[in-house]
This record gives sequence, C-alpha cells and structure tokens, in this order.
Amino acid sequence: MPRYIVKRLFNGLIVLLGVITITFFIARVIPSDPAAKWVGARATPEQKAAAVVELGLDQPLHIQYGTYLQDLLHGDLGRSLNSKQEITTELANYLPATFELVIIAFLFAVMIGIPLGIYSAKKNGKLLDHVSRFFSIGAVSLPTFWVGLILQLIFYRMLGWLPLGGRISVEASIFSTIPDITGLLILDCALTGQWNLFIDALKHIILPAITISLYPIGLVARMTRSALLEILNEDYIVASRSYGIRETRVLWRYALKNSLGATATVVALSMGYTLVNTFLTETIFSWPGLGSYVSKSVVTLDLPAIVGISLVSAFFYVILNLIADIIIAMDPRIRL
Amino acid sequence: MDYNHKWVQIKESLKPKIHNFRESLFLLGRNKLTAAAMFILLAIILTALFAPYIIPYPEHIEDAVNMQEKFLEPSKEHLFGTDEMGRDIFSRTLYGSRVSLKTAIIAVALALIIGVPLGAIAGTIGGVLDEVIMRITDVFLSFPPLLLAIVFVSTMGPSLNNAIAAIALSWWPWYTRLVRGQAISLKERKFVQAAETIGTSRLKIIMRHIVPNTISPVIVQASMDMGGVILTVAALSFLGLGAQAPQPEWGLMINVSKNYFPDIWWYSVFPGLAIFITVLVFNLIGDGIREILDPKTRKK
Repeated sequence: MPRYIVKRLFNGLIVLLGVITITFFIARVIPSDPAAKWVGARATPEQKAAAVVELGLDQPLHIQYGTYLQDLLHGDLGRSLNSKQEITTELANYLPATFELVIIAFLFAVMIGIPLGIYSAKKNGKLLDHVSRFFSIGAVSLPTFWVGLILQLIFYRMLGWLPLGGRISVEASIFSTIPDITGLLILDCALTGQWNLFIDALKHIILPAITISLYPIGLVARMTRSALLEILNEDYIVASRSYGIRETRVLWRYALKNSLGATATVVALSMGYTLVNTFLTETIFSWPGLGSYVSKSVVTLDLPAIVGISLVSAFFYVILNLIADIIIAMDPRIRL
Repeated sequence: MDYNHKWVQIKESLKPKIHNFRESLFLLGRNKLTAAAMFILLAIILTALFAPYIIPYPEHIEDAVNMQEKFLEPSKEHLFGTDEMGRDIFSRTLYGSRVSLKTAIIAVALALIIGVPLGAIAGTIGGVLDEVIMRITDVFLSFPPLLLAIVFVSTMGPSLNNAIAAIALSWWPWYTRLVRGQAISLKERKFVQAAETIGTSRLKIIMRHIVPNTISPVIVQASMDMGGVILTVAALSFLGLGAQAPQPEWGLMINVSKNYFPDIWWYSVFPGLAIFITVLVFNLIGDGIREILDPKTRKK
C-alpha cells in the first residue's frame, strides 16, 4: 500500500504541474497584453514599457515559465491587478470563510445523505426510493446560484427566519469584538464563549450551507444506497438475520460499516466538485470567501488573481482526490 | 475488399443498431418519468425552434426600452412580469431556450471535434502517442470543473462565443477517453485487421473504420452531457463571463436580477426555473439511458 500511495502522490504532482503549465500558457500565450492591464488605461507608453520589464514580460517564454515555477515554489502567486496586493495574502484572508462554509455544508451532506441512502435502500423500489432518485437527479440539475436566491426568498422575505446574507449581522459586528483565533467564526465564538455571536453566525451560515450541500446530499444518498444494496445480499448479512439479530442493528451496524468506504470516497470527490458551487453560492450570500474574491476578480478581469485562485483550488482538488484514493486503499478487501 | 462488398458490410452493420435504437426508445418510454421527460424535452425543442413566432413580445428580445412598464408583477399581459427596462420576462425566458440549446449544442460539437479524433488516434496507434494524449486528458480533467473555463474566458474577454470555446476546451477529454476505450477494442476486430493486412493507411483506418463505429456511444454520451453543459453556460453567464446584455440568456438574466432581489422576485425565479426544468429533463433522460444500457437494471 505505501507504494500505491507514493505512486498516487507522484501522479498528483504531475497533474499539478500540468495545471500550472496550462494556466501559464493560457495567461501568457493568448494575446491579452497583461502589462497594459497592470498599468491601467491612462498610462504613458514609458510607464507601460517599465511595466513590461517589471513583470518580466520582455524575457523569452521559457525563462518566464521558469521564473513562474520558482515563484510558485516560494508560495508567490504574483500581485493582483486591482489591489496590487500579494495574491497569496489576499487568498489567506478569504480562505477561512470558505473553509468554514464547506465544512458545515458537508456535515449537512453526511447527516442527511447517509440516512436518506439507507432508507431508500431499505425501501428499494418503493415510493421513497423513487423520491430519492428524483431528488438526487434534481439536485444535480439545479443551478446553485438560483437555489440560493429561492432560499433567500422563502426564509428571509416570506418567513423572516434567517438573514439575507453575510457572515454576521451588522449590529453584531459594530457592538461586539469579533473573535479571530482560527478564522472559523463559529468555532471562534464557541471557544471564547460569546454565545449570542455564535447563534448569529450560525443563522448566517445555514442557508448558504444548505445551498451547497444539495448536490453532495444527492450524491451521498445514491452512493450509500447502491453500496448498501450490494452488501445486503452478502452471506454474512443473511446469516445475522437468520440468527434473529434485529434488522436495525443489521442495517446500521453490520451493513453500513462496509458501505462507508464508498460513501467516504464520494464525499471526498464531491467536495472538489462542489468548490465551484461554493463560489457561486458565496456571490449570492455576500459570503466573504474565495467565491466573492473570484466574482470580484472576474468583473474586473483580474487575471493573476483568477489564475491564483484556480491554482489553489486545483491544489485542494488534487489533495481531495488523493484522500479518496487512500480511503479506497484502506479497504482490506481491495488488494492493490 | 472491393468497394461494393464493403458497402454491404456497412449496411449489415447498421441494421442491428437501428433495431437496437428502436428497442431502446421503446425501453426508454416504458419508464414513466423518462417518458414524461422526453415529452417535455420535445416541447422545449419546439419552443426553441419557433421562439420568434410564438413569444408575445418579440420586440423585447432586443434592447427595447419601455420605462413606464418596468418591474410589473406577473399578470395576464406579462405572465412572468417585466424587467428593469419594461421588457416581458416570459418572452425573454422562452427565447432563452433558443440561446441555451444552441450554445450547448455548439459547445458539445466543438468538444467532439477535438475529443473524438484524439481518442481514436490514441486508441488505434497506442504507444507513446497514447501515453502523451492520455496524460494531457488527465491534466485537463483534474481542473476543478468550470475553473478552466473561467481562466480561459477571463483571458479572452467575456462573450458567449468565448464561453462556448471555454466549455469545449474543458469538455473534450471525456470524449477522448470514451473513444479511446472503444478504439482499443475495435482495433482487435477482424474488419480492422483485414483493412490493415491489405495495407490501408492508418489515417484511413481511423477515419473509415474506427471513428464511424464509435459514433453511437459518443452520441449517447453527448446527449447525456447536454444538461451539464447548459448549466455551465448559465453559470458562466451568471458570473458575467458568458452572454452579454441584451442577450436573453437565463444565467445573465439572473445575474442582472440579483441587483433587484428580493423585491423583484419574479425576475430571478422564472429564468432559473427554465434552467432547472431544461437541465432536469436532460438528466432524467440521461439517467433513463444509463439504466437501459446497464445490463444489471435492463432486465427489469
């Protein structure tokens, strides 16, 4: 197994290098005049020429590529065209909010998806099974940004239960000091014991987290269902049933345990897939995470920032794939 | 092998496929959900084809300004209400099906044009070339979905055409993989080996023998991909990277409507509903196809 993991790790590195190369060539080879964007529309030709030298655009392409790789190894993603700030610093500011949102969304996905999968396996072919099939196909067909708007319409405008957007209400951010220990607001509030802030933050995260979780819920439910259906026909399940062990115990303890590997794989993989949904959702809910950074950069066509976000996302994507591979490898029934 | 004989062979090889196609259509129709989806899809396609003739306010597709009628709530005159320029949202949403279907079809076709030949070459020729092509597809597939498209459009400048190119750029590897797999097994078939023995050039073998035989799985896959592509187009337009005003594109309409939300709720709700229904219908049919193709579920 260690050999297998090393091999996958190596593959992951090659993929990352490929992603870096493709983004580099898209950003440099397609004529888009980055120096002109860097200095702005009203710059003199001299300023532009200086920018070309400053950005290294006068060098031959392979040297530019080498410098680019070297910078990346030092964690340097370049500077944003908008703010002229280091992109790495900016990303570090936005990352925790997205991270928090994704964690809560996947808690939802697991807490709702697995039971849904179990019940539809139990009721195989019956109404609930059909409902769950329809739900999981429906979840994949929904435009995420639209779901966000609909949820706002229902829970903010019609019912008035939950806030429209943001991470915390304006009053709370004015009248109390927001704790910042881990960057995960809910966790920080709990750690410092500021329970009213905690509730406030929790209320803000519910809608965006549900929006994001719809897709993985469908996926997790379908996967749990099909894995369980296969296992429920195994001899050991038939044996435990004939011993008279209660059905709930058979289902939840004996069968579920062996189906969780498949579910865990799907969770890890769909997390990468959900990343873009997270971006779109953040835009709707004015969530101050990577997604807001993306849409801000997209509006102004801030290419270095967009490339930076893509590379960071690709990095997480590769890691999640690696985790999925490792989970598969941990299953003792699979020989690699 | 003389020409005539080959023609007979091709005709023969086509027969069971057409039969299968009819049978498949029959099996698809047996599942009520899938049948309903096919029916709705037909309605959507007809709407897209005849949109200019059936919408109540054809002049509202362009930049018509009618400020006295802006933000009217849904009513008999305007089923889905009106937008910030007093245009009929119902007309624009119906017309949007034309934009979305056209965009998705062109994007998938472009992806096929890149992906199919590469897959056929990789599978038929094999060796280093195969290795190189497949590693390239690996890299493209390891981009988080949509991100490659975002990077590409940001560089090229936002427009619907660039969004189409960007989607094709991120979608072709799927077809390369599919066709490669098919080509590897086709390569071992007698008719390909026979062609090889009589000295047919590799290019001709690929174009005449391999590619035509991979068409039907590719078309099935492409039709199953339509839903995802439509969703991607909408997402790009929502981000401002696809269709540009005043195009009646669903994602773009939602993007603009966001500024007036939640007071002008109808502006966001109806175009989104159109996206959802269209994509759902494609995905339901895709799921139905998958089910009848899977021997485990087919018997039922």
